[in-house]
Amino acid sequence: MSKILMKGNEAVAEAAIRAGCRLYFAYPITPQSELIEYMAKMMPKVGGTFIQAESEVAAINMVYGAAGVGKRVMTSSSSPGISLKQEGISYMAGAELPAVIVNVQRGGPGLGDIQPAQGDYFQAVKGGGHGDYQLIVLAPCSVQEFADLASDAFDLADKYRNPVMILADGMLGQMMEPVEFKPAKTQEELEALANQHLSWCICPNADGDAKHHHEINSLELDPEILEKHVNKLYEKYAEIEKNEVRYESYNVSDDNEILCVAWGTAARVVKSAINELAVRGKSIGLVRPITCWPYPYEAIASAIGPKVKKVYVFELNSGQMVEDVKIAVNGKVPVDFWGKLGGIVFTPADIQAKLEACF
Amino acid sequence: MTTEMICAGFGGQGVLTIGRFLAQAGMKEGKNVSWLPSYGPEMRGGTANVSTVISDEPIASPIVSYPDLLVALNQPSLDKFGPMVRKDGIIIYNTNMCPRGCKRDDVQLIPVPMNDIANEIGSAIVLNMLAIGIIIGKTGLVKYESIEEVLNSFLREKNPELLEKNLQAIKRGIEIGKQYT
Repeated sequence: MSKILMKGNEAVAEAAIRAGCRLYFAYPITPQSELIEYMAKMMPKVGGTFIQAESEVAAINMVYGAAGVGKRVMTSSSSPGISLKQEGISYMAGAELPAVIVNVQRGGPGLGDIQPAQGDYFQAVKGGGHGDYQLIVLAPCSVQEFADLASDAFDLADKYRNPVMILADGMLGQMMEPVEFKPAKTQEELEALANQHLSWCICPNADGDAKHHHEINSLELDPEILEKHVNKLYEKYAEIEKNEVRYESYNVSDDNEILCVAWGTAARVVKSAINELAVRGKSIGLVRPITCWPYPYEAIASAIGPKVKKVYVFELNSGQMVEDVKIAVNGKVPVDFWGKLGGIVFTPADIQAKLEACF
Repeated sequence: MTTEMICAGFGGQGVLTIGRFLAQAGMKEGKNVSWLPSYGPEMRGGTANVSTVISDEPIASPIVSYPDLLVALNQPSLDKFGPMVRKDGIIIYNTNMCPRGCKRDDVQLIPVPMNDIANEIGSAIVLNMLAIGIIIGKTGLVKYESIEEVLNSFLREKNPELLEKNLQAIKRGIEIGKQYT
């Protein structure tokens, strides 16, 4: 298949449909509205269901219901809308429901603005909703990766029966890049997907057997049973931490004097600065977490070469990822941070100046 | 080779399309491309700009600090982005809407009365195609044939008459651009 020039918001929607998503419920918000628009246009064409819900809260609860019947379902929003969905996300984590949630982040807190930001890292990675749970959090840095991760997100959600969040930003949503899609799932594959959850999901009781009675619930009033349930969730999370850590190493070598850590589109700006400084003989590496949870702690620790004097974190927030980097670095070298706020995106020149000052 | 470019003007002048068509043509030629529009609470008559990168290498940052090429369709755009252009870079600007011009002497200036020429061709809306032509004529960033293919896919069926005018504007732009090589 040839490449298509597409906005990130549209590419992730197309990739989700190809991955077998036939149910999508959302409420519009800038800068992700092209995503909902694309779904509104395409879902009827593939026999799917699109509903523009009356609110984000309604949309996430529709997702809860659809996930409960074992279907591939997605919702999307931008930062303030994602905040509204947190209750439903916590319920889904508790009820072990697979679903994909896309957050095209904008500036915050509050209504903030509509420019690109990464201020929802804590919310996505450390909680957001109440209770002990984890989301799998995927952070794309290009339109192609945005599309690729959409299909991976559904696979991960199904594999672990857990909600997966794709944490993008307004820049990735709005920009166009060439994208090549995986082939759409065939009818047989779609049927296989529909059947994979029959052991637990709400499904037609074809043979009238009462054993088919399944219950989807996140309420458990018996503390002993609830504790057991949460422990089981954490066994699952340990499994995810063991199997699903993803990251990109860029220019990492024993010659590195600085190691950068950045995620999402911010990492691309850092790459440009690294390339520019490499020409001047300065060796700088970058580790880009692709899974913000599970976090690539070991990858960062092992990327600290013998000459590295500092680990430098760059984010479009106030330094929310720094504590994870510090856990990874574990005091081996100093960890520094620089970022921009309010939806302002740093430029390669900004990062270059910060890095040059380290030499 | 990597070309980093900013196109800027009033909303409605078609600046986003300049970047988009060039990116699409570049993609058809097998190059890496990125297209990053300004977006915000803006309206017709407000300002708009787009950063476009066309490269033989994978593109790191889609954000451009120092463009190799600036297309400014009005004075506020020229004032804002003119100082950012790399030394020895190129600034193409619309003299009809840039009365103060540009004072830089370390870049190549290509001043063109774009509104006048677009009106001569018969429609103010081909102004952005004229700009694409000037870029191609000056830099050879993409081939004329690639742009023609992109335009065909957009307009051949929808509006063949406008397609002809657009192609005419691009060809005229190429002639102008070539005068500066």
